[in-house]
Amino acid sequence: MLKKYNINNQIILLTGILIIIPFFFQNDFYFEIAILSILNALICIGLNLLMGYAGQVSLGHGAFAGLGAYIAVVLSSNYGLTPLLSIFIAVVIMGIFAFIVSKPILKLKGHYLAMATLGIGIIINIVLEVEDEFTGGVDGMSVDSFVVFGYEFSESISWYILCASLLVFTIWAFDNLIKSPFGRLLRSIHDSEKAAKSVGIDVSYFKSIVFVISVVIATVAGSLYAFFSGFISPQEASFTHSIELVVMVVLGGLGRVYGAVFGAVILTVLPQLLNSFEDYETLIFGSIIILVMIFMPKGIVSLFDKVVKKESNHASN
Amino acid sequence: MIELFAYLLSGVTVGFIYTLVGLGFTVIYNSSGIINFSQGEFVMAGGMSTVFLLYAGLPLGVAFVLAILITSMIGIVLYKLISLSRDSSPISLIILTLGFAIFLRGLAQVIFDKQLHTMPSFVGDGAFEIFDTTLTYQALLIMVVASAIVVLLYLFFKKTKTGQAMVAASNNVDAAKLMGINIKKILMLNFAISAVIASIGGILLTPITSTNYEVGIMLGLKGFCAAIIGGLGNPFGAVAGGLILGVLESLVAGYVSSEYKDAVAFVVLLAILFFMPGGIFGNLKSQRV
Amino acid sequence: MLQISNLTKKFGGVKAVDDLSFSVKKGTIHSIIGPNGAGKTTLVNMITGVYKVDSGTVFLDGGDITNLATNKLVHRGVCRTFQHLEICGNLTVIENVMLGFDKYMDKNIIRSCFRAKSILEDEKRYFDRGMHLLELIGLENFAHNEAKNLSYGILKKLEIIRALATTPELILLDEPVAGLNPKETHEVSELIKTVVADEVTIILVEHDMKMIMKISDYITVMNFGKKLAQGTPTQIVNNEEVIKAYLGSGALHGK
Repeated sequence: MLKKYNINNQIILLTGILIIIPFFFQNDFYFEIAILSILNALICIGLNLLMGYAGQVSLGHGAFAGLGAYIAVVLSSNYGLTPLLSIFIAVVIMGIFAFIVSKPILKLKGHYLAMATLGIGIIINIVLEVEDEFTGGVDGMSVDSFVVFGYEFSESISWYILCASLLVFTIWAFDNLIKSPFGRLLRSIHDSEKAAKSVGIDVSYFKSIVFVISVVIATVAGSLYAFFSGFISPQEASFTHSIELVVMVVLGGLGRVYGAVFGAVILTVLPQLLNSFEDYETLIFGSIIILVMIFMPKGIVSLFDKVVKKESNHASN
Repeated sequence: MIELFAYLLSGVTVGFIYTLVGLGFTVIYNSSGIINFSQGEFVMAGGMSTVFLLYAGLPLGVAFVLAILITSMIGIVLYKLISLSRDSSPISLIILTLGFAIFLRGLAQVIFDKQLHTMPSFVGDGAFEIFDTTLTYQALLIMVVASAIVVLLYLFFKKTKTGQAMVAASNNVDAAKLMGINIKKILMLNFAISAVIASIGGILLTPITSTNYEVGIMLGLKGFCAAIIGGLGNPFGAVAGGLILGVLESLVAGYVSSEYKDAVAFVVLLAILFFMPGGIFGNLKSQRV
Repeated sequence: MLQISNLTKKFGGVKAVDDLSFSVKKGTIHSIIGPNGAGKTTLVNMITGVYKVDSGTVFLDGGDITNLATNKLVHRGVCRTFQHLEICGNLTVIENVMLGFDKYMDKNIIRSCFRAKSILEDEKRYFDRGMHLLELIGLENFAHNEAKNLSYGILKKLEIIRALATTPELILLDEPVAGLNPKETHEVSELIKTVVADEVTIILVEHDMKMIMKISDYITVMNFGKKLAQGTPTQIVNNEEVIKAYLGSGALHGK
């Protein structure tokens, strides 16, 4: 039965960790990685809703995040709108874009769906590279500072607090969503579309809605990253970034809120650790993906399941 | 008019390369239902190995054969990895092949380097003059070899016993098992053949466009577009799809915008997926059902 | 309440359902029987909007519902179950039943994210109603088990209960006892007769003759997509054409 305030152990633990780790950060670079991890985690939570719950693959979310971010950045840097308003307009535009695009796309299944999202993503990437009047082309463009109601986010710690709060809030809200009738409906679509239809659910409508939610979250996270780093380039919208996001979700564990977070953190931090291996970075990265897909296809959080199961078995014995 | 003819010629040349990549996709897809996102990296592996074997001082012919062998081994390794996987859902397999593609790119960086490489045309730098347009020997070679591969592949699957067994196995796994066909061997052979086709594409292309460790990403994706445009699973679709794609790209680059050349494949892909999901010539598998 | 007129559906050149007409009276159990391949499941799929009809109409209480999608039909009071189970395996039993109440529940995204009062109230209300339904068929002890871990027989019943939760006026049961043992068959048959038939009109597609004869009010017999006969169970067992069709195809044996 649902409790009124959904404050569970996981969310307390997550908040605790997020509060404690900054004390171990030695310089701004640590903050930068932490913030990037959190923003990737946000995109992955949305993508996970689409892939893990609604069962729809998207190989284009990097591009959606990138396009959304570009809209926000262009509105604020070139047209002088406030950052918050820019992000809001970007969210609305991308939401409408996603809803329109979702209609033909979500009729496709499996590989075809993957290819369609991939195709849209690559087209977006190419447009961003070519239309250099607006986007600065391949070299990217610098982004104005992030000022909200007169307060300028200039310190890493203020960015960290902003993003960490957003993450905790998003996870809490998503956990609520998943455990609500809406969430049950999504899970039913994943299990059996026929069953969902047979109880009156408009399956394609809800798939579109989930697609829109995931694109909106990607837009917010992508925009925040652009404002945070003070720079944006089409690289944000590249095929490689889209792939990274999907790998994060699958690696962490499809259909698991915390899986998406784990996957995002690991795959954001890992390349930094691998940096010292220089040329071997890509090789190791690829190997890890292969090994996880072979030996842990249910993702890294499935490891915790086993631990928890063992403990509960212990307890019941 | 001369311009148009020149664009068509260069389009067809590149189109044949897309055809080879698309055929590689089709061979694996038809036998296993898997979309291999590392197909482009097979192409890269073929081209890069040849270049570096040549640098090592091996004669051209030996370098070709070795490069093809190396790539076919890579194909077999991919098959082995897939058969090790504990989860065969499409999404896991997509990620697995994507991971393998990243792995191959990383491997190429380490074994070779990150530079652009090219090699001399193996048939000399000469060219024919047709209607005031030049057709290089290398371009002609690409057309001839690619066509030959298409014909050989067709003959192999239609006329040889092994080929027929492979078709039978992909059509009905259980029946094939009953007939004593070794499914695992067949699948492995399919992956190897697919890699061989891709590597030949990579070798043929290198003198024209040069190669590096990343060249496979776009080639692979466009090859896949070619396969879908023609109808996924239909080998002749891959041929037609590849040629159509090559020519369209060349025309767009020539008349519209060279910057948007790379977008053509994906615009066509979306148009096909939305309006003709079976591809121009229809998907053999869906027709059968 | 349901009028089916001149329904036709072709697959390739074959007419799976051929110019079929009949009507179902409110409050009855109306069975559709016929040898394998007679077009029964095709008919159910046409009524429930899974297949587009080639020609003909379906009217519900005077309103045209031809080609209306399955999910829209639910809002018109028509629900179905499947020949092959369509249960959400990763949902618990009670969640599967609560899914049946979906159309009544608040699914506003913002309110869901903030766990608003309406969400909590809906969950409570329909949990209770779902448990009540489960108690009716004695499955309340399985309420919190994941559906995929339960036996085929239980899931067959669960599917019927889930359909009932949508509070339909008409329910189409496609082979509800297929693959069940005699005991389970008896239980499902009782469930249909006592629980379901009390509240709703039923179209029943089944092979199990014993059950059909016991619980049906009317029977329509199909053969090769056409209506062969229609009437009460007594009329049907004495109909010569029916006997001939069944003996000819050998389908009347066994059960």
